[in-house]
Amino acid sequence: MQARYERNVPALSEAECALLGSKRVAVIGCGGLGGHIIELLARVGVGYIKAVDGDSFDESNLNRQLLSETALIGKSKAQAAKERVQRINPDVEVTAVEAFLTEENALDIVSGCDVVMDALDNVSARRVLSRACEMAGIPYVYGAISGWVAQCAVSMPGDGLIEKLFGAEPEITDKSVLSFTPALCAAAQCALCVKLLCGRDVQSGQIYYFDLLNMEFENISII
Amino acid sequence: MIEVRLFAGLREGRGKVFELEANSVSNVLDVMKHFSIRREEVNILLVNGFHQKPEYELKDGDVVSLFPAVGGG
Repeated sequence: MQARYERNVPALSEAECALLGSKRVAVIGCGGLGGHIIELLARVGVGYIKAVDGDSFDESNLNRQLLSETALIGKSKAQAAKERVQRINPDVEVTAVEAFLTEENALDIVSGCDVVMDALDNVSARRVLSRACEMAGIPYVYGAISGWVAQCAVSMPGDGLIEKLFGAEPEITDKSVLSFTPALCAAAQCALCVKLLCGRDVQSGQIYYFDLLNMEFENISII
Repeated sequence: MIEVRLFAGLREGRGKVFELEANSVSNVLDVMKHFSIRREEVNILLVNGFHQKPEYELKDGDVVSLFPAVGGG
């Protein structure tokens, strides 16, 4: 195996490392969560990443978005993701999709992927993504952050996790995000993703809830 | 008694754990009203560790946990 993956072993077997190299993951959103997710998936050795975001960087992204740089303000987030992955691990194939997720394009975007990573920043887009994953029969790794708080989960097709979680139209009162909150959430989401891709045991419908202000971690059954 | 546990930002200006007289609230909506928490502020609502609807009827000894909505990325 390549030296770049030596330290994956034995946490992952050599067979699992090879398996990851054959897998395809869509990351929907290349901001706070997405930047970290793409970085972690590229380094662990996922073979193909579809980086999706219609947005470009602005100065307010710099406090937390790994892909953002002063020199990249005004540039495409999806394109920045592709260029960074090429610098980190040229073996990873990346498609940059410079578009926002919509009802019209969601199914096309997720089709052909083994896992879809939620790195979105609003509830309505999560509903669209969840429905597309259900139609395509693809596992969906939910993640959301606010201030000091992060939560993530695996949703398997048909389990209705997102509808249960956001049954009533929620009001997000804290729109702040600190630098470390997306990093933690993305790490937890990537651990779930790697387990899914390797065929390891993953519980769907469990919300992993992290409150970094009070250092409290909860595992909540929601289904 | 009904034990109420508030999480993350819902604690601000309120506190962490409370006990309410069982006959002072009939359902979780009443608990939220007691703490001036609006339905839209909560996205995970547990009674005795199980996800429930706000209309869930409470009984003596129940433990209610309320988590704030989280939606950024």
